[in-house]
Amino acid sequence: MDLTLKIWRQASAKAKGQFVNYQVQNISAEASFLEMLDILNESLVAKGEEPVAFDHDCREGICGACSLYINGRPHGPDRGITTCQMHMRNFKHGETIIIEPWRAKPFPVIKDLMVDRSSFDEIIQAGGFVSVRTGGIPDANSIPIPRRNAELAMDAAACIGCGACVAACKNASAMLFVSAKVSQFALLPQGRVEAQERVQRMVAKMDELGFGNCTNTYACEAECPKEISVSNIARMNREFLSAKLISHKTF
Amino acid sequence: MGNSLAYSSITKKIIMSLAGLFLISFLLVHLGINLLILFDKTYESFNMAAHFMATNPLIQVFQWVLFIGFIIHIIYGIIVQIQNWSARPVKYMKKGYSELSYFSKFMIHTGVVVFIFLIIHFANFFIVAKFGHVEEITYKSGTYENMGAVVFETFKIGWYVVFYVLALLLLGFHLEHGIQSAFQSLGFNHWRYTPVIKIIGTLFSILITLGFLAIPLVIYFT
Repeated sequence: MDLTLKIWRQASAKAKGQFVNYQVQNISAEASFLEMLDILNESLVAKGEEPVAFDHDCREGICGACSLYINGRPHGPDRGITTCQMHMRNFKHGETIIIEPWRAKPFPVIKDLMVDRSSFDEIIQAGGFVSVRTGGIPDANSIPIPRRNAELAMDAAACIGCGACVAACKNASAMLFVSAKVSQFALLPQGRVEAQERVQRMVAKMDELGFGNCTNTYACEAECPKEISVSNIARMNREFLSAKLISHKTF
Repeated sequence: MGNSLAYSSITKKIIMSLAGLFLISFLLVHLGINLLILFDKTYESFNMAAHFMATNPLIQVFQWVLFIGFIIHIIYGIIVQIQNWSARPVKYMKKGYSELSYFSKFMIHTGVVVFIFLIIHFANFFIVAKFGHVEEITYKSGTYENMGAVVFETFKIGWYVVFYVLALLLLGFHLEHGIQSAFQSLGFNHWRYTPVIKIIGTLFSILITLGFLAIPLVIYFT
C-alpha cells in the first residue's frame, strides 16, 4: 500500500519543530509500523537526509521503549498492543497517517518522535521499590498470598512504563502508571510494609514533575498496551487516603 | 484554602468528590419541593415548603454549608482544570478520541454553564424571595409568600425557559460523569458494584434532569 506520512520533525530539544510530509510506497500489510518507518528511514538515508528518530528496542511488545501518537491514539489504532506489534493491515491504501511524539510537560521532546521519559524513573526512584532484601524465591506457601491478590499484583506489574497513559490522557496525568506501580507492591506482603510511605512519596513526585490531575476519563485504560485497569487508580486513591489519615509519617 | 494549590492531586480530587456528592443531596431536596408546584394548582403545598425552607433555623445554617460546598467544588474544579491544561503545553495536531467516559471531556464547560445558570437563577428566585417583595396568599393553613406565582410568571418567559432547559441538560451531562467519577476518586472501585454505581448514576442524572425540566415545560406549554 502507498501512504502519506505526516511526521513531527524537531532537530533537538531546543529547536522549533514542524510537521513534514513523506510518501512511502509498496508497504506490505504484514509489515509492522516500525518496519514501515525503517523503510522510510532507509530511503531518507539513501537520499542523504536525516532519518526520523523514534524510540524502539525489543520490538516484541515488552520493553516499553516504543511510543508514537498515531492518528490521535498512542500506539495506534489497535487495542492492547504496542506500536512495534501493530501492523500495517490496520491502515488503508492511500491513507494519511499523522505521527506525533507523546505530548506532556514532563515528557519533553529530545528529537523528532523521541521524548524524555526519565520523569517515570524519578517517580520509581521516589518509592517504587522494596528497600530491604527480601531474599531469594521463598518456598511454596511459606508466605500465604490470596490467589486473587497474586493475580491483581501480576496484572499491575504488567505495566511496561511506556507512557501511553500520559499520552492518551487529556490532562497528561500519570495516574495509571503510578497506580500500577503502587498496586504491584501494595498487594503483596513484601511491599505492604512500606506501602503507606511509598504511595505518598510517589504521588508527591508525580505532582512535582507536572503531570496533570486524574479526571477519570479512562482514556488511559483504553490505550494502555498492557490493558492495565483503572481499578488500580482507585486502589491508589484508597491507599493514599488511608496513608494520609492513619500513617505515622506524612509527606 | 490558602494552601489549596499545595494539596496533592489526589487530595484535591477527594475534596471535589465529597463536595460534589454533597451537592447532589441539595438537588434532590430542591427537586422534591419543585415538583409540588405541578400537583397543586393553588401552590399551597409549594408555598408552604418554600416558607419552611426560608424560615427553618436548621435550613438557615445548612444553606451556608451548601454555599461553602459550591464554592469548594467550583474553586477546586478551576484549579484542577488549569493544572491539567498546563500539563500539556504543546497540543496534539490530531485530537485524541479514546475517552471512554464521554462527558468527562466537558466537565469544565458544563460546569461553567451551570455556574452561570446558578447566578441568574439565584437572582431570579433566591434574592427575590429573600429581599424582594412577593405578594402574600392566605390558605386555611396560614399565610405565605406566593412563590408559586413567581415561578409561574418566570416560566412564562420564553428565553428563560430555553436557557433553563439548556443549563439543566448540561447539568445532567455533568452528573452523568460526575457521580461515578466521585466514587472512583474516593477509591471505590469494585468488580461487582462499580457497574451498578455507573448505571444508578446515569439513571439518577436522567431522572433529575427530566424532573427539573418537567416544571418549566409544563408551565410554559399549558
